Amino acid sequence: MRSSRALAAVALAVTTATAAAACSSGSSSSTSTPAGTSSAASSSASSPSTAAKVTLTWWNNATNQPLLGIYTSAIKGFEAQHPNIAITNVPIQNELLQDTKIPLALEGNNPPNIYQQWGGGVLGQQVTSGKVDNITADVASWIGGISGASGWQANGQQYGVPVDLHVVGFWYRKDIFKKVGITVPTTLAQLESDDTKLRAAGYAPIAVGSKDRWPDAFWWEYFALRDCPQSTVQSAIKGESFSASCFGQASTNLAAFLKTNPFQTGFLGTSSQQGAGSSAGLVASGKAAMELQGDWDPSVMEGVSTNKNLSSELGWFPFPQTPGSAGSQTAVLGGGDGYSCTGTTTQAQACAEFLQYLDSPTVQAQIVGPGQTGEPVLTSESSAITLPATQTAAAYFKTASYEELYFDTALPTKPGQNLDTAIANYFSSPTSSTASAIANSPATP
Amino acid sequence: MNRSTTGLRRSLGWRSPKLRKRTELTILLAPGLILFVGFVFIPIVIAAYYSFYNWSGYGPLNDAIGFRNYSYAFNDPAFIQAIEHTIYLTVASVVIQGPLSIGIALLLNRKFFGRAFLRTVIFAPYVLPPAVTGVMWSLILQPGGFADQVLKAFGLGGLVQLWLANVHVVLLTVFLVLTWQYIGFGIVLLLAGLQNVPIELKQAAAIDGASPWQVTRRITLPLLAPTIRIWGFITVIGSLQIFDIVWVLTEGGPAGASSTITSYMVLQGVDSTDFGFASAIAVILFAFCLVFALVYQRFALRRDVRGALTRAVGN
Repeated sequence: MRSSRALAAVALAVTTATAAAACSSGSSSSTSTPAGTSSAASSSASSPSTAAKVTLTWWNNATNQPLLGIYTSAIKGFEAQHPNIAITNVPIQNELLQDTKIPLALEGNNPPNIYQQWGGGVLGQQVTSGKVDNITADVASWIGGISGASGWQANGQQYGVPVDLHVVGFWYRKDIFKKVGITVPTTLAQLESDDTKLRAAGYAPIAVGSKDRWPDAFWWEYFALRDCPQSTVQSAIKGESFSASCFGQASTNLAAFLKTNPFQTGFLGTSSQQGAGSSAGLVASGKAAMELQGDWDPSVMEGVSTNKNLSSELGWFPFPQTPGSAGSQTAVLGGGDGYSCTGTTTQAQACAEFLQYLDSPTVQAQIVGPGQTGEPVLTSESSAITLPATQTAAAYFKTASYEELYFDTALPTKPGQNLDTAIANYFSSPTSSTASAIANSPATP
Repeated sequence: MNRSTTGLRRSLGWRSPKLRKRTELTILLAPGLILFVGFVFIPIVIAAYYSFYNWSGYGPLNDAIGFRNYSYAFNDPAFIQAIEHTIYLTVASVVIQGPLSIGIALLLNRKFFGRAFLRTVIFAPYVLPPAVTGVMWSLILQPGGFADQVLKAFGLGGLVQLWLANVHVVLLTVFLVLTWQYIGFGIVLLLAGLQNVPIELKQAAAIDGASPWQVTRRITLPLLAPTIRIWGFITVIGSLQIFDIVWVLTEGGPAGASSTITSYMVLQGVDSTDFGFASAIAVILFAFCLVFALVYQRFALRRDVRGALTRAVGN
């Protein structure tokens, strides 16, 4: 049920706890047209022209509609263009996929040919298994046009490709803001004064799912982005230490903010995505006015609420600025969903071709439009986003000074988890000792 | 001729009681033994092996670090805290659930209207999968949720707590939910034990003028003791390994306030992919359980094997 590493992509699997093994009806029936006699147009010049058929297994977390259907039809479209390649779709519940199945499969002898991950240090760790294919040469011709692709590199080599990107910001209820008579805050001070008014009007100002730990980490990381220059943030992640003084400042600022009592009652025991009592559920039902989350949040809210007007009531604004501090005031925290390849050279080539297809304009428009997964990796397709709040997020994303990957994904798994735990402990009791625990967390054995 | 020799040998073989006993033992024990070795013994040995490595689960085991995983564990305040919580839950289970189970079992052993129904009701929570129990109670215990409303309705609003969010209360909450789930098991076990207490002894005592309390104290409880000792064993081992309800309710949080040895182990192994370290935790937990089992076997359970029953009655 937890999901510390279940950051971004959770949106796609959302709240259902059942592994949808039975739902994997999307497995493609392979059309055995002999290569060469097929009249299907091949979009890719690099398509292997040998007659041998390549079958690829694809592990992803799209267990629910609409994404399940989008992926299924993407497979059909791709197979029509590439008669030599068959793809078997295996959707797996998110936490099961990321925490159990993928690590075990990479340790075993038969890992899936295409599997989902979120890039960064976690991908770097998966690469050490020796099973992940280096697809640098296979994607060289088109990877330049893909936003955020560098997040899927390890040792300067491309070991994966993103298919959508995420940005973390505030999802708020426009109707509640209007009723209470407040506007979208641009500075932290304004956010605090908005909170006071919301509290007085009987709302929980901000919902947070502290039980999962990683939503707490979003808060600290945003304070860190505001308080630390980009170079300091990046060298801290690379060196796995947050001992620079600006991170201490971030902790202090966060503690001051926590003192204003901005969150719902009992937030330490609240989960972020499960049921009406989760932080997403509190915003969806109008008990809380906003939440700091990734752009999968609207679809999570849809899953845990019966509010039909939610999409029109939901707005988005970036993390407020903290004037006078040393970091970028427009940097955003985010990430994305990507895929890596395993198997033989032929399989890796076929996998890379499939990833190119997923990153083509038509499929991108589907994934971010009806699929509501976040921002496209092709900037040209952001017009396909349908939800007004996500459109706002995507527009801001383009103007952001830089995007930093969620720290727990940018770091290798263990230091990342240690950081999340240390930040969650700080939320529970913001003292100098818990603050120094954050600074030293990645190095904790 | 050939045939008769084999026949002779075979019949001779079967007549040898030693060989026959061995064959019988092999056939009867093999299935269980294979399962035990394959799924209990070998995994323990493998875990012990992994625990001497710094291993993320990816790639080869090539970073042997001796006992460093163990020294890390005992130097980590979070692990010490997890051990304390586990001991708290274990002691509370024995001290509170024990007398409660015995009392309720004694009551339910009497004949009264609706007894079968009550027995079913009390056993029902045990039938639920712990994960379901966890989800259900996490809904009931939400701030302003069902539990709070019920307390308020009975004028006990002062008792309302942030059950799962208050670091000082959460472990008690976990214990209450554990009790709700597992007390039915203890009661049913003790009820079964009570069926073995001969009614004649009680009647004889009553004729000799023993009060009901004396009958319970001097006859029923001593004869129930073997069952109570078995219950104690199951409860302690179960509490040392408690995981599912804790994980679903709190994941060991907030800030580790309800962590147990197993929740700490899963956090380190599955979430942080530090499988070498998590294996060391598993070995430590195994050692705790083994030591307890051996000591308990030696000092408590051996009496039952030796026939404590007859002696107790003889006294």
